[in-house]
Order: sequence, then C-alpha cells, then structure tokens
Amino acid sequence: MKDPGSVVVGSFRGRSLLAESLGLLAALVVLIVVFSLRTEHFFSPTTFLAIANQIPAALLVAVGMTYVLIVGEIDLSVGSVLGLCSAVLGVAMTQGHWPLSAAVAVTLAAGLLCGAFNGLVTLHWRIPSFIVTLGMLEMARGGAHALTRSQTQYIGSAVEGIAGTVVWGLSLPFFLALAVVLGAQLVLRQTVFGRYMIAIGTNPEAVRLSGIDPRPVKLAVFLFSGLLVALAAIVDTSRFQSANPNAGAGFELQAIAAAVIGGTSLMGGRGSVVGTFLGVLIIAVLNAGLAAEGAKDEVKRLVTGAVIVLAVILDRYRQSTQRS
Amino acid sequence: MCPDEPLLTAHGLCMAFGPVPVLQGVDLTLQRGEIHALVGENGAGKSTLCRILAGLLRPVSGSMTLAGRPYAPRHKRDAERQGVRMVLQELNLIGTLSVAENLFLEHLPHRGGWIQRRRLEAQARAALARVGLEKLDPWQPAAALGIGQQQLVEIAAGLASQCSLLILDEPTAPLTDPEIERLFARLRELRAAGTTILYVSHRLEEIRQIADRITILRDGRLVASRPVDEIGLDEVIRFMVGRPLETRGDRPRRRAGPVALRVEGLRRPPAVQGVSFTVHGGEIFGLAGLVGSGRTETLRAIFGADRPTSGRIYLEGRDTPAVIRGPSDAVRQGVALLTEDRKEQGLLLPLSVRWNISLPNLSRLSWRGWIQRAAEQREVARWLRLLNVRCRDPEQPVMELSGGNQQKVVLAKWLARDCRVLLFDEPTRGIDVGARLEIHQWLEELADRGKAVVVVSSDLRELMSIADRIGVMSAGRLVATFERGRWTQDELMAAALSGYLVGPLRMNESS
Repeated sequence: MKDPGSVVVGSFRGRSLLAESLGLLAALVVLIVVFSLRTEHFFSPTTFLAIANQIPAALLVAVGMTYVLIVGEIDLSVGSVLGLCSAVLGVAMTQGHWPLSAAVAVTLAAGLLCGAFNGLVTLHWRIPSFIVTLGMLEMARGGAHALTRSQTQYIGSAVEGIAGTVVWGLSLPFFLALAVVLGAQLVLRQTVFGRYMIAIGTNPEAVRLSGIDPRPVKLAVFLFSGLLVALAAIVDTSRFQSANPNAGAGFELQAIAAAVIGGTSLMGGRGSVVGTFLGVLIIAVLNAGLAAEGAKDEVKRLVTGAVIVLAVILDRYRQSTQRS
Repeated sequence: MCPDEPLLTAHGLCMAFGPVPVLQGVDLTLQRGEIHALVGENGAGKSTLCRILAGLLRPVSGSMTLAGRPYAPRHKRDAERQGVRMVLQELNLIGTLSVAENLFLEHLPHRGGWIQRRRLEAQARAALARVGLEKLDPWQPAAALGIGQQQLVEIAAGLASQCSLLILDEPTAPLTDPEIERLFARLRELRAAGTTILYVSHRLEEIRQIADRITILRDGRLVASRPVDEIGLDEVIRFMVGRPLETRGDRPRRRAGPVALRVEGLRRPPAVQGVSFTVHGGEIFGLAGLVGSGRTETLRAIFGADRPTSGRIYLEGRDTPAVIRGPSDAVRQGVALLTEDRKEQGLLLPLSVRWNISLPNLSRLSWRGWIQRAAEQREVARWLRLLNVRCRDPEQPVMELSGGNQQKVVLAKWLARDCRVLLFDEPTRGIDVGARLEIHQWLEELADRGKAVVVVSSDLRELMSIADRIGVMSAGRLVATFERGRWTQDELMAAALSGYLVGPLRMNESS
C-alpha cells in the first residue's frame, strides 16, 4: 500500500489510457494479420491508403459522438445532418455559384445550427436527447431532399482541392481528422472543460450541486458535434465531388458502434477519443478485409454487427478485471 | 438440538477488497433470542461482516455454522431460505412501485401470474402496522414517502417474513423518536419469540436500551464482545477508537462577527412555509426540527438547488438581496451546501478522490482552461492530510471509501473552495464516533476562522454540543431561536413539536 502522504500518481492516467488502448491495438493487429494471411492483396500500401483516405468523415462524426455520449446524451441526427450539410454545400456551389470559402462557411453554420437546435431543445425542455435528435434525424434528411429536390448535385473540381493529397498519398482530411482526434483527446483529459464533461456524464445532479451548471457544457458538446458533422460533410462532398442528399445514412450507428468499441459508455461518464479512433479503424479494416475476401454486403454487415457485440462483452471483462 | 447451542458461529472470517484487508480473522457467536449490537468506526468492517452473514459477500477464508450445521450462503436468497435476513443500510425501494409491491416484491401473492391485489393489500397493511405505519396508504408510490418512512418500510419488509436471524444495519438513522420506540418494541417481541437480531448502530444510547450483548470491531478485528451491562460507554468508545477520547466541557458562546447570511421570508411550499434567520460570521447556527420539518428544503432553497417561490437572501450584510438562480450563483458568491445524501448528490462515486475534491476548485487549479496537474495534486494531497482521509491513494474511486472518509472528501472539496457561508445537512449521519469528532472539530475551526456555519442535524445532543445558537423548525417554519446556554433539551423538543399541535395533524406528511 502506498502512503497517502507521498503522492506518486503522475503517470497513472497516462498508463491507464495506454492500457485501455492496448487491447484495441492488439485486436486491430490481429485483424490485419488474419486478413493478410487469408488474402493475397490485403497487406499492401494501397489498402492502407484507401482506408486512411476513406475514414476521415466517419472519424470526425465519431469524435463528436464520443463527446456527446460522455456527457450522457446521444445524437442520432449526425447522419442526416451530414446529408443536409452536404446538400447546403452542393446547392450553394452549383446553384448559388458561391465561392468555395463562402459555401464552406455556410455549411459549417448549418452544422452548428443543427447542433444548437439539438442542444437547446434538449436542455430547455428537458427532453431526452434520444427523442430530440430522432426528430432532427427526420427533419435534416427532409431538408436535404428539399434543398436538392432529391437530385445529387455534381460539383466537380471546384471542391476537389479539399480532399487533395498532402504527402505519401495521404489526403488533407486524413490529417485534419487526426488533428481533431488528438485535440479532442487532449481537451478531454487535460482541460477543465473535459473534466466537467466526464463529471456531468457520471452524475449531473452532483455536478450541479457543486456549483457548476451542466447546461452550457452540454450545449457546447452538441455544437461541437454539429460542427464536426459539417466538417465531415465537406470532406465527403469533396471526396465524391458531389453532394448526395442521402449522404451519411446510417452514420449515427457506425459512430456509436466505433465509440462503444473504443470503450465509451452509453451511460455517460466514461470514454476516450483515442479509443474511438481505434474503433473506427477496426470497423474500417474489417470492412476492407472482408471486401478483399470478396465477402458480400450481407456477410459484411453480419460480421460487423457481431464484432460490435463482442467488443462490448470484452470491455465488460476488461472493466471487471481492472476493478479487482 | 440443544437450546443452549448458539444460533450462528463464525470462525476466522477474512475479507479483502483488492489489496485492502477489511476483516482479519473475525470469530463471532450469536445466541438464540438475543439482540446483539455490532459497533465500530466506519471502515471497521461492520457492514462487510453483515453482508457475509446475509450472503451478499463471500469471505476469502473462514467458516460459519448456522444452528450447528455448516453455513455458506451463495447469495442473498440462499441466506434468506436458511432464515437469515438483512435490512440494508441504503434504501432499496423501487420508487415507481407502490409500498405494498415493494414490501412483497420477491413473493407477490398471485394466481396464474395475476397479482391478487386484495391479499397483497391485507398483507401490506399488516406488515406496515408492525412498524407503526398503519395510516399509510399501501398503494402510494414508494418515491412519495419521506426518507424516514422509506426506512420503516424497508424494516417492515424485513420483519414481514419468518427468519431466525435478522440483521439491521443502522436502522434508526433517519427515524424520529416515536418511530424508534415502536421499532424497539417490535424488536423486543421478536426476541421473545426466539429470533436473533444483529443490530448495527453508532448510537450507543440506543444500544444500551435494546441490546443484550455488544461486539466491537476495529480495523477488521473483533476487539471485544461483552454483555451490555458489563461494559461502560467510555470503555466502548475506547475500544472503538483505540485511543482515549477527551470529553469536552461546556464552552461559552463564540464572539460573533458581522452578519454573513440573512434569510427573509423564504418560502417554497409545501415544505418551506416562511423562514427567516440571520447568521453571523464566526458562529455555528444549528437548525433543529423533526424529520420533514423543512430543514433540508430550507438549505436547498438558500443554495438555489430548488428555486424558492418567495423570500430574500442577503449576503455579507449587504442591503440588496443576492441573486441566486442556481447553485452556481450561490457558490460564486461564497455559499456552499454539503448535502444530506452524499452518495447521490455530494460525490461522483466512480471517480477518483482527486477528481472529487478538485471539482469545484478547477478554475483556481487551471490556467486558461488547462488543468495544472501539479497544483491539483498538491492541493488534494494537502486536504487529504489535513482531514486525515484514509484512502489508498488519491486515484482511488471514492465509492471504495468508508462513509466517514467519503464525508471527509465532501468536506475537503468545499474547504478548498474557501466559502464564506457553509450549509451542512446532517454532516455526521451514518458516521463513526472518531470521524464524527473530527468533523465537529472542523465545524468549530471554520467558525473560529470567521465563517458562517449552518448545521442541520436530527441529533439534538450534537447541535447542543457544537452550536452557538439553535433555530428550531416545525412544519415548514422557523418557530424559535435559542442562544447557547439558554436552551434545554425539553424546550427545543417542545418547539420542534409546536407547529404540529394546531390544525390538522401533519406529522405523516412527507416532504
């Protein structure tokens, strides 16, 4: 037993983050090894570059979702809001002939607005965010279709630049997403705001009675999620050079799955952005590997679903061994 | 089976949570038909011992016999089948279910899956009558009951079924005197019928009234087990704390400073019906009253935890009322509330001691939003030392700490905040003698440093020993204020009852 007087705990959190991530990293390596052994073409730079340039949108959305889950809320609207933001960008550029910078700005504003709606309605009327964001899910998708008259807006090379390659075949969005992951993890672990987030997710009433109003923190988290969704929409629109009103369908479940695989609790109060990053990677590698094996879509979904459940079961064991 | 044979014996029980030993070779013998008191400081292992007997925990080593046969319950139901029942210290009622359903949750009378409401009601009424709650509507949702009544319902559930050993963990903490009297009468009946009762309590006066034998635990070891008549109060306390306890003589009233808190016409019906009082810096103001008299609600309304419907609060002797729209406003203006329910409202149980203590102090321990880790650790370590908190290290989750140490963590988080006005709601409830004394010393220390300290306590003797003035609440109003040296226990009690004497009888109304 340590003497409570001599505090030797500086590295405790850091070690625990590494320890938490170790299992996920191991799972990732196992997946890569298995697919490399089973298929000829999987283990190649092409595969990894493809994955790296594919995941930024999903990653950005999942980081926002992780924050929302940590404060004990949920955002089911991310996929539809991504579609709406994509539509805003597409319509602004193809029909409004706006310059890219103005179109990007209005797209980000649209994402923030959706986040503000989710947050304000949830907090002001004390409605579960599950319901509010479920409503937003329908409204945003409807908005996306109304704006585009359900037509995919082909933008072309005007947005290509955003998804352009920076170095070694890696795109700008990849680095953007990576920076967001690192920044979000730092904010979560090192700042007062991050500390409040975890405390609020653990017990909002105890936080309120400690003299900290949980509402601004939660609102900021909803805004942050909306902003990241808009960024994801810009990234994906640029990658496909077109705005599809159906973009982002099912993203909410993917994002929740990635967060949960990464060890974030749906009950709030526990989570890690780095874990979510690994969760996104695991899902992406799984999809790429199954595709390399020539698996059909239905098989992919079956396997991915099973992996999500398995990950949560493993997480339970990990927690109980940590406690004892 | 011979009648002199003990009901239950335990040999060499050992228990540990992780690396922390909680019980270290405890031998216990419980006779048939005795009321056996179990005392000890918080963290001494009382609750753990009870939980092992009741099948909620399995010991690391050691053995037990029940009525001469080996006894090793696998879980709570298993223990209950063998005749051992425990009423838990925490309230475990399901708020949305009715009182009747809660009472018989595990064996609801039914025919083909459909609940027989009439039979259930009759059984529930009978069970409630045993604890003096015959007037309670058994179909009321449990959440509508006050905390004292909830505790009585828990006890009624424990008494409802046959058992040979009944374990009660701190049953009287939230109860009023008449409720305690009724409970004791019932326990004596059970004893006469041959039931053994293991009674855990900090209230030594009660134990002298009701128990036959007293067993004292300290640091996971059994240090004494004697008939109650053969051991003095001083001796019990000495065994519990392992060190002599200085008895404090009466002291004069402190010299109060300027007015720090003035409450005028505070109302939040139904619980708070108009409360006015003034507290000076450098004094301890006690708030006495029966359970349900509105003391907790008054503190919450001052703190902004619940918005008062009317009334004004003046801080620091200012002429303009303070604007307190919520707890964050109160804390910013130097008012702190230490809640009655520390587990749900005072602490973030799964998070570390360090996080809990620094939570209201982060703005001071950070630079532009970034937490200064070194400053935080220094600050936390300082308070852990000052308050003598027993924990493995500051990273230990607070839920692993004993009740007394948890309360010290709550105290530390507010002491670090250095508020001018401190509102304490039952600060020593469920806390052992040693920690209780330390908390009393801190309350006095705070007053000596010029803070305005308001203490709500159901223990009159506690208030009489620490307070400079005592305000008495009754039926939502502050009915009288007494100066130190000008009160007697009878007068205080009479004032507490006064609000309930005229008009309709409101004693059973929950708050």
